[in-house]
Amino acid sequence: MKPTRSVGHGQRGKAAGMRSRLSRWLVAAPPSLFLALFFLAPSLIMAGASFRFPGELGGLAPLTASAAHGSDHGLTLEAYAFVFGDWVYLWICLKSFAIAAVTTLACLALAYPLAMLIAASPRKRRDLLVLLVILPFASNFLVRVYAWMIVLGPMDLLYTQTAVLIAMVYVHLPFMILPLYINLEKHDPALLDAAQDLGANAWRRFWHVTFPLSLPGVFAGSALVFIPVLGMFAVPELLGGTRDILIGNLIKEQFLDNRDWPLGAALSLVLTAMVLALAWGTLRLARARTRGLA
Amino acid sequence: MLLELRNVTRRFGALAAVQAVSLDIEAGEFFTLLGPSGCGKTTLLRMIAGFDAPDQGDILLEGANLAGTPPERRPVHTVFQSYALFPHMSVADNVGFPLLMSRRTREEIVPLVREALAKVHLADKAADYPHELSGGQKQRVALARALVNRPRLLLLDEPLGALDAKLREEMRSELIRLQRDVGITFVFVTHAQTEALALSHRIAVMNAGRVEQVDTPERIYEQPVNRFVAEFIGTCNLIDATVAAATAAHLGLDLGTLGEVVAPAAPGIAVGERGTLALRPEQIRLSARGHAERLRNQFEATVRESLYLGDVTHYSVALANGRTLQALAANSGSARAQLFSTGDAVTVAWRHDAGHFLR
Ligand SMILES: Nc1ncnc2c1ncn2[C@@H]1O[C@H](COP(=O)(O)OP(=O)(O)O)[C@@H](O)[C@H]1O
Ligand SMILES: [Mg+2]
Repeated sequence: MKPTRSVGHGQRGKAAGMRSRLSRWLVAAPPSLFLALFFLAPSLIMAGASFRFPGELGGLAPLTASAAHGSDHGLTLEAYAFVFGDWVYLWICLKSFAIAAVTTLACLALAYPLAMLIAASPRKRRDLLVLLVILPFASNFLVRVYAWMIVLGPMDLLYTQTAVLIAMVYVHLPFMILPLYINLEKHDPALLDAAQDLGANAWRRFWHVTFPLSLPGVFAGSALVFIPVLGMFAVPELLGGTRDILIGNLIKEQFLDNRDWPLGAALSLVLTAMVLALAWGTLRLARARTRGLA
Repeated sequence: MLLELRNVTRRFGALAAVQAVSLDIEAGEFFTLLGPSGCGKTTLLRMIAGFDAPDQGDILLEGANLAGTPPERRPVHTVFQSYALFPHMSVADNVGFPLLMSRRTREEIVPLVREALAKVHLADKAADYPHELSGGQKQRVALARALVNRPRLLLLDEPLGALDAKLREEMRSELIRLQRDVGITFVFVTHAQTEALALSHRIAVMNAGRVEQVDTPERIYEQPVNRFVAEFIGTCNLIDATVAAATAAHLGLDLGTLGEVVAPAAPGIAVGERGTLALRPEQIRLSARGHAERLRNQFEATVRESLYLGDVTHYSVALANGRTLQALAANSGSARAQLFSTGDAVTVAWRHDAGHFLR
């Protein structure tokens, strides 16, 4: 792992510097535009929606015709008052975080040895194994969840929290394996030789070298599993019992069944805020260096 | 004897990377394995470190057979060519790693790390990370890390290969100083003959998996045992010769159409034997024709090529029979050689005690 040293602009001509800046903008513009239009804009619309009144047949009540709700500007904190006013929402939130955490840990435990195995395989076999990991994506997600109903039914596990967890882990496992594999594959084998040469047995080589170097992969994989699990509603709806409702189901219900867009928007915004807070906390934790000798 | 290799052989399929190598390395020695790329140096080193095992033969450290002892339990450390510093650890943590592995306490480790870093002049870099260091500094950290818990043996696999020429020379002196200072036995691998000559107490010259000669640098250079060693260590003129006379002091060598020359005696050489006269370029003197001092071994020649290299000039001269010889003349001091140019008629000569007959 050699650090790349970027070449400063100092020696280059001014014109060349400007040209490279221009081309950088040209390259960055289309994806930025796409993200602004289809990611940022809807997010802002949802943020706005959470402060409005629900429409009679779903959607949002028009800003002008909100006199009926006793507000002269059409904005309200009603949805938030509702979310924070009932402990049930908090409880479902916490339960969802717990399920997401358990799923993430299970995925990590299963994916790590697999990713190590793939990374240690000869080059040719690696590509085949990676293909096998992403093969499930070739069939429809719902079809695969229904297939689990057939598997879990006779085992008497259907409509239980165990079924939800099994399917969650199954669905998200590739998202943990791939970033881990991509990280582990880059490790310089000379580092393990050096560690062994300097007296580290297999376990200590893993703990002192492989694992700390793989942390970026662990964090990437964990984010790719944890966050989608939080928003997942299909798996608990199909495989879980009536009590296994998660925050994802709750949000979906507001939009599709209850037609209360502001409440749905508020719930998803609260969820986003919690995820961001968690990500920030984790990052802080990861940055804090373990106590070294220096 | 610190390290003994007895008939060590390692095969990869049909290729014998190391063939029946036997070596004795003494405690405190700076021992060098010198040979061209692919001759089996790394393979041999990996077997000593324990990363590979011989197909035949034994490796003994202080009399104990190392077979079956994994690398982490051998009191042998390696400095890898790529340094292999742990990128996620500070310099101090890198150097402290082997101490941590031998379960020393933090109170013991801290002063040892400080001392080791001071030895390689990196006391002020303890908190830095490897990517913040220059190539030479990384090299020093790798050395400090490998020496900090005083292994019985330090293996160095072309450690200077990745450094630029200037730094390489600096590190050469540094290595000599460090080895004397710590008194640990070094087994050093290189394909650069000047490095081997400058650093070593003894050198083993390897070729295609075999050891050709084990000797001091002087003897390797001045008395190579065969054509391979003679040619691999520096430039060498190799002239086919037949022994015409053999006394206690001299050999008379018949060089065919060139006539006879005199060379130093060598034990066990009989009249009639065919072999090679090895002459170093710096042993050959050039003088303007007619101005030559009287020497026994003297021929007329023509300058074919002259390369001015600053401190020396390198000549290619053609003898009467068309054979070319390489000659080197110093460009400084009172004995400053006259500069010749292409086409000049010269006399080449060498002293009766110069050269070396190879069977
Ligand atoms: N693991 C291996 N498998 C097959 N051949 C190898 C292996 N390691 C080394 N060799 C071969 O053995 C020979 C000696 O290699 P090496 O010890 O690396 O030489 P050196 O270090 O002197 O350059 C080379 O021909 C190399 O290709
Ligand atoms: Mg090598």
